[in-house]
Amino acid sequence: MKSTAHAFKRNVHVALHDERLQRALHKAGGGFIEKRRAALDALPEFEELRRSARAIKDHTLAHLDEYLERFEAEVAASGGQVHWAATPEQARRIVVELCAQAGAKRVTKGKSMVGEEIGINEALEAGGFEAVETDLGEYIIQLAHEPPSHIIAPAIHKSRQDIAELFREHHGHHEALDSARAIVDEARERLRAAFLSADVGITGANFLIAETGSAIVVTNEGNGDLTATLPRTHIVLAGLEKVVPTLEDASVLLRLLARSATGQAFTAYTSLFTGPRRAGDGDGPETFHVVLVDNGRSEMLGNEFHDMLRCIRCGACLNHCPIYGAVGGHAYGWVYPGPMGAVLTPLMQGLGEAGDLPNASSLCGRCEAVCPMSIPLPGLLRRLRVRQYAAGGGSKRSRWALAAWAYLARRPRLYRWVMGLGVGVLAALGGRRGGLRRLPGAGAWTASRDLAAPAGRTFQAQWQRHLRGRGRG
Amino acid sequence: MRVALFVTCLVDLYRPRVGFAAVSLLERAGCEVVVPVQTCCGQPAYNNGDLGDARAIARQVIAAFEGFDYVVAPSGSCAGMLKCHYPTLFEDEPDWAARAEVLAARTHELIAFLVDELGREDFAARFEAQVTYHDSCSSLRELHVHDQPRRLLAQVEGLRLNELADNEVCCGFGGTFCVKYPELSARMVDDKAACIHETGADTVLAADLGCLLNIAGRLHRLERPVRVYHIAEVLADMTDAPGLGEAPNARTPTPDSEPGP
Repeated sequence: MKSTAHAFKRNVHVALHDERLQRALHKAGGGFIEKRRAALDALPEFEELRRSARAIKDHTLAHLDEYLERFEAEVAASGGQVHWAATPEQARRIVVELCAQAGAKRVTKGKSMVGEEIGINEALEAGGFEAVETDLGEYIIQLAHEPPSHIIAPAIHKSRQDIAELFREHHGHHEALDSARAIVDEARERLRAAFLSADVGITGANFLIAETGSAIVVTNEGNGDLTATLPRTHIVLAGLEKVVPTLEDASVLLRLLARSATGQAFTAYTSLFTGPRRAGDGDGPETFHVVLVDNGRSEMLGNEFHDMLRCIRCGACLNHCPIYGAVGGHAYGWVYPGPMGAVLTPLMQGLGEAGDLPNASSLCGRCEAVCPMSIPLPGLLRRLRVRQYAAGGGSKRSRWALAAWAYLARRPRLYRWVMGLGVGVLAALGGRRGGLRRLPGAGAWTASRDLAAPAGRTFQAQWQRHLRGRGRG
Repeated sequence: MRVALFVTCLVDLYRPRVGFAAVSLLERAGCEVVVPVQTCCGQPAYNNGDLGDARAIARQVIAAFEGFDYVVAPSGSCAGMLKCHYPTLFEDEPDWAARAEVLAARTHELIAFLVDELGREDFAARFEAQVTYHDSCSSLRELHVHDQPRRLLAQVEGLRLNELADNEVCCGFGGTFCVKYPELSARMVDDKAACIHETGADTVLAADLGCLLNIAGRLHRLERPVRVYHIAEVLADMTDAPGLGEAPNARTPTPDSEPGP
């Protein structure tokens, strides 16, 4: 998808004034938080699991080359094939070629954020294939021609009425469906036909298992299984950081994933796919492919954003982020929203495109506090700001203001004199009311807030006087 | 026990009374309080990617504040900067990294210091009010301060505490964030103001002046009759002056009168 991250401020303004979106966000808001909290309260060993999970990922990332080679060898041993894609273009070309080789017309898709990242649906359509999203949320936003607004709940910005209206328009009824049940039943009926007629199924992967060459996909709708097992060809799209050494390791991460994401102890379906159908198997694809996408990941492996590769895409940081909660996912302008997106988007799309994202955070740290993989998200946002500052980014005005302030802050005597003058002026301006409603140059503050008037003399000046009064000055 | 007060730039410029309240509490707990010449902890530079200035300011603070038994700040945000972030600034300068570590180990946020290090919970303060308490993000998540202010407030005569819903959520101040993204910041402080309103409290307290300036500014703009004080002012029995951003009235001392204990 084409990024609008460069227009973040405008996107924010639009989102804050979009009443439908605000209603939907308000309704969705606390649910994930409460469910996660309840799930954690019921699992006393959560912190211990979190430490183990971090250790597993750190170990894997430190030996990523070995585990990827092992994974490739095991996929081949089970009759499948691994394809390496350095860029989104390469990944799209590989997938389109595999679909052509399969003689495909219709392609079903399980939810895949890497699929969004590389723009696979557009590429499939351009290649003459009909791509059908089979996750209900993804299906809804595909009908609406919108990108997902949340990494695990892609249509969270849509109300039931919005969805009923979309179905009416696209499924050709006269009246909108009036219940969630009726909406789900109709989607099920439509998707069943797609599952049975698809030639290729594309899924993402939550984890790749090096020791067995398996891909693990978790869903709550079972659509992953039907996408993977019914068509002739199954293609798994995954970022290369998804690999873990063993099934045992994956089980630790799985125990954290659903609890952090939806507050479930486990998702309804946790499916393992290993190679194509074997002799005697009742079902399964004839061919099995895994496309491993790099797209900047191997660069992160060695640099200051290394920690981000531990991300398991649970969405807890989105759910707990006050910025995400205020504007939803689309304002971020690209595939990944929320704190994890504010780190990933600049790394994948460039700071020139997405320079606002790492700055639009009060660094409140709630994301890091809830991250099951202990990713220091505020620290990573700061590191992006360091890159940006070093590259001369940011507005001229803010750079100048920062430089002027820093010049003073490094010179205590001059600082004391200038600030003494400043607080005196502000106190004179606002002293009678106790605050200012407007102040030239401070509109960003006073647009929505009064500015309290300072006391008129600084603490340090008063302290000196106080010491003299005590006879110690 | 010699304690250096890192008064913080916002208290220095905006609310000197908080500095005097901190001094009063520390002296009553038996500390000798010293105020080294100071400017700011450097967060504006640090949080805007300007590591050069952040390091220069950190060196200045380290040099001015080493050699005391403790360094205490009436702010989770600034104490967090000295305690959690200074040691990360000097990867390539082991001498400064070591000095930063020593300073970090001696640095405490005021409220946590009173309870955890000095074992003081009762300052015999009196404040007739229904208050709610705002946890700053740095106090809560960087320094893990949660129970200490509540224990201190429980000893204040006449004070009733109504807990704030969503107390883990940021008020939207975030240093320069609030002026770089004013619409987002306004929305966040609006949400906070709504939660404050729901508590029915007539007073909001917090231990960080940044949050308090933000919250007071929004409450006054909304013309809500809620008073705003730093918790140290309540504990030091210094609530005779108007709350933050309130108009001074005849009963209260003018800014130029002798403040403090």
